[in-house]
Amino acid sequence: MSIDTSTELGSDERAASMQAEIEGTRRAGRGDRFFKGLALASGCLVLAILALIAGSALYESWPAFQQQGISFITSSDWNPNQNQFGALAFIWGTVLSSLIALVMAVPVSIGIALFTTELSPRRLKTPIGFVIDLLAAIPSVVYGLWGIAVLAPNMEPIYQGISESVGSVPGLGWLFGPPAHGTSFMTAGMILAFMITPIITSLSREVIQTVPRQQREAALALGATRWEMIRGSIIPWSRGGITGAVMLGLGRAMGETIAAALVIGSSAQITTRIFANGDSMAAQIANQFAEASGVFRSALIGLGLVLFGVTILVNVSAQRIIHRFDRKMVRS
Amino acid sequence: MTAPLDLDEVPPSLVSSMSARRKFKNGLATTWLVVSVIVALVPLGLVMFYVIQRGSAVFGIDFLTADIPVSRRALGPGMGPAVLGTLLITGAATLMAVPLGILGAIYLNEYGGKGRFASLVRFMSQVMTGVPSIVMGLFIYTVWVLTFGQSGFAGALALACLMLPIVIRSTEEMLRLVPDDLRQASFALGNRKWRTIVTVVLPASIGGITSGCMLAVARAAGETAPLLFTIGVVNSANPNLFDGPNTALSAQIFRNAQIPFTGPQDRAWGAALTLILLVLILTVAARWVSSRFAMKQA
Repeated sequence: MSIDTSTELGSDERAASMQAEIEGTRRAGRGDRFFKGLALASGCLVLAILALIAGSALYESWPAFQQQGISFITSSDWNPNQNQFGALAFIWGTVLSSLIALVMAVPVSIGIALFTTELSPRRLKTPIGFVIDLLAAIPSVVYGLWGIAVLAPNMEPIYQGISESVGSVPGLGWLFGPPAHGTSFMTAGMILAFMITPIITSLSREVIQTVPRQQREAALALGATRWEMIRGSIIPWSRGGITGAVMLGLGRAMGETIAAALVIGSSAQITTRIFANGDSMAAQIANQFAEASGVFRSALIGLGLVLFGVTILVNVSAQRIIHRFDRKMVRS
Repeated sequence: MTAPLDLDEVPPSLVSSMSARRKFKNGLATTWLVVSVIVALVPLGLVMFYVIQRGSAVFGIDFLTADIPVSRRALGPGMGPAVLGTLLITGAATLMAVPLGILGAIYLNEYGGKGRFASLVRFMSQVMTGVPSIVMGLFIYTVWVLTFGQSGFAGALALACLMLPIVIRSTEEMLRLVPDDLRQASFALGNRKWRTIVTVVLPASIGGITSGCMLAVARAAGETAPLLFTIGVVNSANPNLFDGPNTALSAQIFRNAQIPFTGPQDRAWGAALTLILLVLILTVAARWVSSRFAMKQA
């Protein structure tokens, strides 16, 4: 089109129109560069936020670390009034409640994942997926409210019963011995288990769905029962991916704040007795931060930093395991 | 797994006993799978039952609009300021996180591809989805609240940080589904890359992107921990996000759940019902949008 018109134009005008066309191209190129820059900047935002979180938390918690040194994570003397900040009991609470959650959530999650992929009639698959979505959609504070108002008071007599009947047995007393409270590591672990079940289930389901059809059929053709097929074909294939899913669940359980803050009992102690009151890092921050100042506040931000570090570590290893699994799948 | 069996050589009694053991194991495993599904249904059913039963006792127009009683122990309704706060704060967070998240996903899928930097960003945004929400709250507290004070906007910033990686992740997955033919057809028509993305790639994947964003909004609306230290607390509605403390449904549930009196407990359950309705509407709508658009594409 531009050639047609330019033949009728004088040389000056032709030059001008060419000039305009080049300008236009350049402007369009600028639009492209601008858009790419915008997209790149948004991508960089993720890195910037993560760096800022680490930097600001380190800066704000420095006074506490300076005062407390390494005993911040090796001592369990936490006494804000006397400027003692040893966070070991909170770290223990986070670990114990998350472990309880995993022990309960992992078999159930993998069971549901296997049910939907191996056993379920087609028309049940969508409703089960919906149930899992709903479990994930319930806000953690609602689980917490239900936990403190309904679950904890109803579990207390059950805990007491268990504690009385097996508390004196040597090995079991170590886990189930008294005291037995409604708000405890156990209740917190149960609530956390409800919250991480959807994560582990949906990721494991995705992993199990990638098991090639031939693997299953080969096992079945050899006369394997369904369980033998699961053990022989599905589990070996998807072990890596399921491990990644479980670790993502662990990361979520350790970072979960509000539900744990409501039901864990808010009394920091290092014990293996799962019916005892406890406290976790996230719960301590949530319950104390509003009233804290000075070094106490620094110490709470320091707890946040430790939590950030641990969850990043868990998540990075989980992602690596899943990536390795993805690569294995591409190869085969 | 199973050693090849030559049935002719094995005495019939042995075959039947072995197969009985195998049958038993298989039955046990089947029971495990079925019980797992039932076990997952129990907490969901119980939580929903209590929220509906105790929440509906106080739920109503009054509850949704009246101010929160100043006396914490007082009986009677009022979560109006929290309803407004949740809508405003979540809305502001969405306005920040959704455009930035979509742009970030465009970078990852359309520009960065499999490059080293894009892989780093992709990896880190997946890691960022695992950052505990309370850490996001502390982060905004140190970089924003210490300087500018508590406000609804500070809470929105914290929620936006939580939503950003979720939006990036779900949007990138949707962009990856757009066939390359569409992009090439657009280039062949002389479209620049950015025009191709805006007029061809995004419209083709808009259903999936919308549903992913709605799920991120639902997740953010229910979050409490990022709001605890960033928005403060008020008893009457504060429509100004940038000035003065605010409140939200989730924060009110957390406060009231810890007070063992009838009034605050009722308000906590009512707020829980309101919040769950909001989140469920968003979740169901997201499913509807994605299924509707998926059908259209097929």
